Amino acid sequence: MGYTAMQKILAAHTGKKSVEPGEFILAKVDLAMANDVTAPLAIKALERHGITKLWNKDRIAIVFSHFVPAKDILSAAQAAVAREFAQKYDLSLFFDEGRGGIEHSLLPELGLVVPGEVVIGADSHSCTYGGLGLFSTGVGSTDVAAVMATGEVWLKVPETMRFNYRGKLDPWVTGKDLILYTIGQITFEGALYRNMEFTGPALMQLSMEARLTLTNMVVEAGGKSGFIEADKVTEAYLKGRAKRPYTIYKTDPDAKFYANYDWDLTGMEPQVAQPNLPDKVAGVSTIKGAKVHSAFLGSCTNGRIEDLRIAAQILKGRKVAKGLRFMVIPATQNIYRQALKEGLIDIFMEAEAVVSAATCGPCLGGHMGVLGPNEVCISSSNRNFPGRMGHRDSKVYLANPAVVTASAITGYVCHPEEVLGKGKTLAAA
Amino acid sequence: MIKGTAYQFGDNIDTDQIIPAMYLTTTDPKELAKHCMEIADADFPKKAKAGDILVAGRNFGCGSSREHAPLSIKGLDLGLVIAESFARIFFRNCINIGMPILECPEAAKEIQSGDKLEVDLDQGVIKNLTKGKTYQAQAFPPFMQELIKAGGLMPYVKKRLGSGMTI
Ligand code: SF4
Repeated sequence: MGYTAMQKILAAHTGKKSVEPGEFILAKVDLAMANDVTAPLAIKALERHGITKLWNKDRIAIVFSHFVPAKDILSAAQAAVAREFAQKYDLSLFFDEGRGGIEHSLLPELGLVVPGEVVIGADSHSCTYGGLGLFSTGVGSTDVAAVMATGEVWLKVPETMRFNYRGKLDPWVTGKDLILYTIGQITFEGALYRNMEFTGPALMQLSMEARLTLTNMVVEAGGKSGFIEADKVTEAYLKGRAKRPYTIYKTDPDAKFYANYDWDLTGMEPQVAQPNLPDKVAGVSTIKGAKVHSAFLGSCTNGRIEDLRIAAQILKGRKVAKGLRFMVIPATQNIYRQALKEGLIDIFMEAEAVVSAATCGPCLGGHMGVLGPNEVCISSSNRNFPGRMGHRDSKVYLANPAVVTASAITGYVCHPEEVLGKGKTLAAA
Repeated sequence: MIKGTAYQFGDNIDTDQIIPAMYLTTTDPKELAKHCMEIADADFPKKAKAGDILVAGRNFGCGSSREHAPLSIKGLDLGLVIAESFARIFFRNCINIGMPILECPEAAKEIQSGDKLEVDLDQGVIKNLTKGKTYQAQAFPPFMQELIKAGGLMPYVKKRLGSGMTI
């Protein structure tokens, strides 16, 4: 009987010939990550237990992502704790304000996560990196503290659900729509504790960035990890980026899956998750017309250069709807600079959008455009639980960057064709 | 033995509802406790007393990985959380920080807010004194029992490091 790629990766990191789903293992970790919110708790856990020696100062990343730049006195004090820790232990992968961006966009961008590895992040969307053909999962602060101390993590080997996407994708359909559709089908606890392996011709034609959007939202289906086999697209992305040598693992044809899904997505329109659950998904045409007060383009899901290019093409020569505010936040400082060079920032500002330096900002209701009572936002991010982006009675629709941008122009949820004209598409982003 | 009043919250309570992100600027459990569950029930932090029991439906603690969520519950000195099922990271976090939890679909479905409960954590036995019913929760896998016995993940790690095992 064959094995899934995930079984092979985990076995290789455990020093075993093979591992089986359900088995508890202690796996060697290639990279550990914490952010400005989760690192301080991990540091506290290390200090409380008198642990003063770290596993490897070059494999522990601390990325300031959430309350960046510090939004108030408390967050500044908290950031100082992580900053001092990084200095004290001379961590080579410390990304302070202005030096990085949102963790899950930054690590792939810098080639700090590569195929075949085991990556553990103290943030639930650490599953993102699986799009590069590796095992990565989100844990809490104490878990990551243990990795910082030992370089190992305890894991239960997950079962794998396999998703095969076929058919001819509509030009407006992106990685975001594939994952929203998937979550809508299996529900947001449908992959609880399991690994989600994505494959199929409709997916493999998508860019690396679109693939990372897909694996980013694995946790919104309850999943432990996501996996897309590394191929030519992955290797082209890694070229000049990868900071470590890597190994490509493939799933055997006779591997065992918990479930197998096979979907022909021909004719599928862009998908939207409605308030207040990421699995309340419908095609954009059925929700069309829902009024929004705010729109957000950014986050670790869809704040990459490709997303900004799509938005700029739609916004060019147009204005954000009266009474609506449009927050555009590049996910990393490098993306921000690239967008500046390409003239995208100019287009956003001309259209009267708010542009800021890289931060999670409004995605978690932190700062930079928090929602008030009963306000409605359409967002390119990944979560829409009650109170996620602000007041407990605010509401969030989740959609792809083109739908978010078009809705920012009209003031209600709509298909991009409503702004550009029927049958119009964009030049390749 | 834990004795307390039950507070029932339904399915899919995510960590944003347990502790909203705007309060993640502190790691102090007592401070976090002041806002515990306030999105779902604004008065909860004031009503809940030490030893009281949080009961929830499916997928409790889904969403972000913030350990601040179980810490806020711990900060309120609640006795334990009973749910039909827990989200993965929340489950790990509870085991790691020593916040007692039990998975028991039957109990979680039938217990109502205000019921008086008595829970034997070691045995996983939940008694609903108000309704006169007894439930048996699912046992933890042996590896997790080891973690719980060690007092959480960090004491376990210290033991491993101290034992001279090469890491
Ligand atoms: S952008 Fe949002 S989902 Fe992504 S890491 Fe930041 S807060 Fe989390």
